[in-house]
Amino acid sequence: MIPFQYTRANNVADAVRLIAANSGAKFIAGGTNLLDLMKDNVERPTKLIDISRLPLTSVEETASGGLRIGALVPNADLAWHPLIEKRYPLVASAILAGASQQLRNMASTGGNLVQRTRCAYFYDTATPCNKRQPGSGCSAVNGINRGHAILGASTSCIATHPSDMCVALVALDATVHVTGPNGGRTIPFADFHRLPGDTPHIDTNLGPDEIITAIEVPAKGFATNYSYLKIRDRLSYAFALISVAAALELKDGTIQEARLALGGVAHKPWRDVAAEAALRGRPAEEASFAAAADLLLRDARPQAQNGFKIDLAKRAIIRTLTQAARGTPQSQSNKTIQ
Amino acid sequence: MSMVNNTAKTYTGTATSRVDGRAKVTGAAKYAGDFNEGGLAYGAVVESTIARGRIARIDTSQALRVPGVIDVITHENRPRVADTDQAWKDDVAPEEGSPFRPLYDDMIKFNQQPIALVVAEEWEIARYAASLVRVDYEKQPFVTDVYRKRDDAIVVEKPDKLRGDAAKAFAAAEVRHQADYFIPTEHHNPMELFATTAMWDGGGPLTVYDKTQGVQNVQQYLCGVFEKKPEEIRVISPYVGGAFGAGLRPQYQVVLAVMAALKLQRSVRLVLTRQQMYGLGYRPATIERLALGARRDGTLDAITHEAVGVTSQFEEFSRNDTGWSALLYTSPNARYEHRVAPLDVPTSCDMRAPGAATGVYALESAMDELAVALKMDPVELRMRCYSDRDQNEDLPYTSKCLRECYREGAAAFGWDKRNAEPRSMRDGRNLVGWGMASGVWEALQMPAAVRIVMTANGHAEVSCAASDIGTGTYTIMAQVAADSLGLPIENITIHLADSTLPRAPVEGGSWMAASACHAVVATASEVRKELLRLAKLMKASPLADTVEEDVTLSDGKLVSRTQAERGVSISDIMRHGAMERIEKEKTNEFAEDKAHARNTHSAVFAEVKIDEELGVIRVTRVVSAVAAGRVLNLKTGRSQVMGAVVGGIGMALHEETVYDHGFGRIVNHNIAEYHVPVNADIHDIQVIFVDEPDALVNPLGIKGIGEIGIVGVAAAVANAVYHATGVRVRDLPITLDKVLARRPAT
Repeated sequence: MIPFQYTRANNVADAVRLIAANSGAKFIAGGTNLLDLMKDNVERPTKLIDISRLPLTSVEETASGGLRIGALVPNADLAWHPLIEKRYPLVASAILAGASQQLRNMASTGGNLVQRTRCAYFYDTATPCNKRQPGSGCSAVNGINRGHAILGASTSCIATHPSDMCVALVALDATVHVTGPNGGRTIPFADFHRLPGDTPHIDTNLGPDEIITAIEVPAKGFATNYSYLKIRDRLSYAFALISVAAALELKDGTIQEARLALGGVAHKPWRDVAAEAALRGRPAEEASFAAAADLLLRDARPQAQNGFKIDLAKRAIIRTLTQAARGTPQSQSNKTIQ
Repeated sequence: MSMVNNTAKTYTGTATSRVDGRAKVTGAAKYAGDFNEGGLAYGAVVESTIARGRIARIDTSQALRVPGVIDVITHENRPRVADTDQAWKDDVAPEEGSPFRPLYDDMIKFNQQPIALVVAEEWEIARYAASLVRVDYEKQPFVTDVYRKRDDAIVVEKPDKLRGDAAKAFAAAEVRHQADYFIPTEHHNPMELFATTAMWDGGGPLTVYDKTQGVQNVQQYLCGVFEKKPEEIRVISPYVGGAFGAGLRPQYQVVLAVMAALKLQRSVRLVLTRQQMYGLGYRPATIERLALGARRDGTLDAITHEAVGVTSQFEEFSRNDTGWSALLYTSPNARYEHRVAPLDVPTSCDMRAPGAATGVYALESAMDELAVALKMDPVELRMRCYSDRDQNEDLPYTSKCLRECYREGAAAFGWDKRNAEPRSMRDGRNLVGWGMASGVWEALQMPAAVRIVMTANGHAEVSCAASDIGTGTYTIMAQVAADSLGLPIENITIHLADSTLPRAPVEGGSWMAASACHAVVATASEVRKELLRLAKLMKASPLADTVEEDVTLSDGKLVSRTQAERGVSISDIMRHGAMERIEKEKTNEFAEDKAHARNTHSAVFAEVKIDEELGVIRVTRVVSAVAAGRVLNLKTGRSQVMGAVVGGIGMALHEETVYDHGFGRIVNHNIAEYHVPVNADIHDIQVIFVDEPDALVNPLGIKGIGEIGIVGVAAAVANAVYHATGVRVRDLPITLDKVLARRPAT
């Protein structure tokens, strides 16, 4: 671990001032990803700005009927928050599908958005990686890529975004509130994370001198017909091969509105509004779900080792929509998939 | 030999709680990296990032400039070490080859090879400075993929004499099955990191706290490497947080810590990181080829088992892998051959049930496929091929209750309700599969010595150099000592894992229970003799005319076996003889018996439920029926087998050290990405110890249970996956993509 300075931000403005003044600085909240990356010499911040005590820990109802979630609400607190459990159970379920209880206790809501890929080459400084060292090459393209992207990848990076929570948030049309030197702005969740293109070292559209202050979810929470299904190599504490967040609004068995997003398939949580549109007005049955799945995966391109993901994603989409339509969401404590 | 008096409380064979349990859960138990003293310096290892070549230049200047850095040791400035292979060979080293010598020269033999040790005042400083060591390499071509060296592999094991003509019999067999199976490289991943704290004592003897399965092996090795006299190095390892074989050979961190302590004349601690532990030994990736020929009635005519495993370019490591197939079942024709492919990797090493876990996985998968071809129940097939004799040596067993394992395991599992047709059993969206397999291991025993110091207040200290790697050695030795000395277990103190204590072998091969416990009994017998001698000197001694064979120690007294009223308390005897302590040391003695084979056996039954569309696999039930002679402790024994079943489930579904063969480098070298089962993956596990009295194997009838619990588990799960899905995955681990990709058209 390289030596670094440590300082504590007293308020949001202070945090922004500190980060703007230090190009090598990083914010630290829960540190569940950053500290690992520092131990592996992947991240080498010269200064850590501790934001963990900023007053960004409340969950408040907004005037428009949504919720504003402070960026420093711990993942565990958010998953078990009464308003989240009751009105946004898709978010609760996605959070509980990820990591471990200990990590969820430490991890912050804002930090969850800016965690880095778990691509093995990104972590191993002995191998080239365009994300870690721009221009050095992508080792995964011709290497171990069973877990890598099937959508939106580029020749310079095929990494995936690891978050579960973000898959639910993008499905629910969340908004990210950020503050920079020029004040606050909002970023639609779908625009927050980026595709790799030829700049895979830039994960998000968050400015280098901006801080996430809150995540806002709109009024519509799809609390009746939803499910989050995560398919992985062991039943807990593993990143998704495929995960699906599905939410439906039904009337007499017909889909009024649908939300569909995937994790483990792309450089960002992958939401497809065309697939959602294709579900609208259709009966909530397997044929409709299958058509949406085909549409969502229409541009999927497998890597050498992960062709299985395309078919698996389709099957997982069908299953998750079926669970949502039936009102029997996937349990994250009993791992049995119904 | 009877050591149990029926009237007093006996411990042997009961579910006694761990005597070290309290120390472990309260944190009082100290592990190798826990020992402290003032002035400790900390090491951090720099590893190679290439698989083969040489170090052209190593620049430590930047690291040395970091405040707090004491030294950076490389091959260029290391102190003198021995330069013969013999000096570097430990007890467990392969016979063939040249053991790895860390920081010896500029040669790079594998990725993650230690190439420098930074020593600093603080661990964080050492770790940072390690990142500043700059290395230029001259790279050379390398191979880390066993499939690329399959044809160049070297024969390491085949039978001395041929049994029939397996090839001819196979060709002529009514029913044949032949297939290749593959087990990838696996790493042990014990919870405790490999660690050494070397205590410098002003030039006096060096005390080395090390994570090891054998303190005397490490001590002797260090004396060889550093050209020291035995009294100059003492190795201690009171507690070990799991090892599974990884701690049988001395690991490089002990060499580096001692090297630094000697060079700097300071106490040094070196704890490897989890990632660095992937630069140590591993269960070798193995390609297994099985060919079985049978008659329609299910009797075997031909068994051929060939395997190709992995070793390094510098040592030839292998364990019996293919011989199990020729041993276990009756077949007039059998041939086996084990070869190893030298690759540019560290030397492979023992990992729980080395050889058997891999070889028997392949055999028992092949037997399942043969049962399918024969349309015969898999248990029935094994009964038809059952052998009461070791088929390799043509010897009877001291005991073999494998039939009872099949019977009791099947009954507990409900095997008779199995529909043999694949894909025939369902639970909602899940396909249900039931599979079974046999397991076999050796019942070994080694020379070991124990010292007992009994004091007049009825306490006994029992000492032995043996390690307890978490298996329960402290506890079973205390149980056996309490029974053979006639004392409550609270009055027994066990001292283990100090190289100055009486001789013991490394803790491995499942031999420690039999070895250590017989040494306890032998030494207790010497204590008893001494007590009888003293008792006879007492005036009007009730034991005056009693012979040695007629007395026993029970309930704090030396008493006649035949006339229980004749007895004297230990404290009276010792007070009368003016003895404060009786100290005896004795080595176990086992009668030589070349007329019998000694093995443990098991039958494993597994249920899987597999989501038909998504391929997600859950192992919902396992019944493991084990025949391993006398089980000394039903609680720790059950835990040990349960842990082994979990290990077997991991082997079947999760464990794989993933190499990028383009870099010759492991990509999942951490326990987030190297998967072992988590709680969510583990459901109902039932352990049955089949009654297997054995008066021949050794006087106490102990066979050892360390390895047998994992053997067969992976095959039982794989066979269950086939039964559920109709998909035969022959390359472990069985991940959902393999099941989905290979599923039959429906």
